Amino acid sequence: MEIASLTIDQIREGLLARRFRAEELAAEALRFAQADNPKTGAYLHFSPERALAAARRVDEKIARGEEPGALAGVPVAVKDVIVTRGVRTTCGSKLLENYIPPYDATAIELLEAAGGVILGKTNCDEFAMGSSTENSAFGPVRNPVALDRVPGGSSGGSAAAVAQGTAVVSLGSDTGGSIRQPASFCGVSGVTPTYGRVSRYGLTAFASSLDHIGPFARTVKDAARVLGVIAGRDPRDSTSAEAPVPDYTNALDGNVKGLKLGLPREYLKDMTSESGSLINRGVEALRRLGCEVREISLPHTDYAIASYYIIATAEASSNLARYDGVRYTTRSADSATLADMYRNTRGEGFGAECKRRIMLGTYVLSAGYYDAYYLKAQKVRGLIARDFRQAFDEVDAVVAPVSPFPAFRLGEKVDDPLAMYLSDIFTITGSLAGIPCMSVPCGCTAEGLPVGMQILTRHFGESTMFKIADAFERAGGVN
Amino acid sequence: MKITEQEVRYVAGLANLSLSDAEVARFQGDLDQILGHMDKLNELDTGSAAPMSQVLYEAADTATLRPDVPAPPLGNQAALANAPDPGAGYYKVPLVIER
Repeated sequence: MEIASLTIDQIREGLLARRFRAEELAAEALRFAQADNPKTGAYLHFSPERALAAARRVDEKIARGEEPGALAGVPVAVKDVIVTRGVRTTCGSKLLENYIPPYDATAIELLEAAGGVILGKTNCDEFAMGSSTENSAFGPVRNPVALDRVPGGSSGGSAAAVAQGTAVVSLGSDTGGSIRQPASFCGVSGVTPTYGRVSRYGLTAFASSLDHIGPFARTVKDAARVLGVIAGRDPRDSTSAEAPVPDYTNALDGNVKGLKLGLPREYLKDMTSESGSLINRGVEALRRLGCEVREISLPHTDYAIASYYIIATAEASSNLARYDGVRYTTRSADSATLADMYRNTRGEGFGAECKRRIMLGTYVLSAGYYDAYYLKAQKVRGLIARDFRQAFDEVDAVVAPVSPFPAFRLGEKVDDPLAMYLSDIFTITGSLAGIPCMSVPCGCTAEGLPVGMQILTRHFGESTMFKIADAFERAGGVN
Repeated sequence: MKITEQEVRYVAGLANLSLSDAEVARFQGDLDQILGHMDKLNELDTGSAAPMSQVLYEAADTATLRPDVPAPPLGNQAALANAPDPGAGYYKVPLVIER
């Protein structure tokens, strides 16, 4: 059994043919993950008891002749911003170093109900704020493809674990690109579904109108399977959508003939780099598969970064107000007054990037600035969403880069926050519109660094998105 | 300049965030640069545009509502399990009102 390259189908087949038991696989996967983890630091901690118990439930079902579930026995890694009952959930923050959640996120309940085996929790930027995983209070993650480079962020640990083979699939969260960008940096598939497609119950809130949970996988099919399990209406998240969840794997027939793809004119100027030329080759490959490619316009692209960093930080400053030293494990010692206790707990507990975003968000919401920043940004967000609606009148999907560059070196960009924010340009537009988007591997640079191609479709158009990504993958990508 | 050191301290107060002098200086520079970029939005006339405050705008107004059915709560013990200073079934905090 080649543990580092398993797929969901192979595991299912092996279990049903009784070639191995889920418990054996879980034990072997845990051994491998724990032994191999120091290379990258993708995992923060492991949950062996929980994993083995979940695996035993799968074995019992199989022994009784019952259907063991769509993810039966599949080793899963979970980003440490998604709460797991009884398993430490730190959000990459010193403030929550010892936080043991009293409940499971809905996505976790659904994963385990489908037979998924959660091996452990993965490192990420503190409260999912960052693009490199260097903002974790517990140290950075290394990119398994090139160990001197970042895995991207904020879901860097979840992307790295799947790329390294220490998990078959993983869950991450995406607010402005935190699944797609690390997927592209590590050479795996990463999916940000339609806003509301997956319940946010139990996802630690960063920017509630932009937060998503989504899967990472080594194949498009595996990503589609995981999304099918975790998607759906949840009464505990009022923004979760009622729309029925199709079997996404039904769309994976390799036939994309006649599908219309749009290439945004506004992105072309940034596509002259080595990453850009790989995307162009990807688009050519899709054309050879029978897609019609045309130029489209997303006229408000240039305003996306400003709109996003106003809305996201405003929401973050509200959501992070709860970490005040009263309820969540950490309190600054020796504060004489309640107000000092709040200020000192937060001042000592949050890292620099969280503080920067809390400050920015508090500023744009403060008296006298609300209309100029927050309201203006929401109006621009509406225009960006309209750009996409109009584009989808013309085309079935939009194809774009994920990041202007491949994985950069650890430490290379930590000192320039604005430059880091600006590099989110290709992922942020889709986040603001709330549409499904994914990164699919699209070859490597001359240095061997992976590049991801982004596929975006209309609200609840995940099937079309997976169909295109899967056809591209089957055809061998850009090769 | 978009933001002064004094304003940085004022905003930190609103956010209940104690900052060192070095942090105040650093954030003054960072926020000044970032807010400068945000001025770009003023190039756009958004007069008639509606603010987008939720994503799934095609959904009915009641789409987000669920039946109001009571369910068992978390319970006092579980809710307090992560408290830095619990006592007698409550969260304890420094003295707020002098008697």
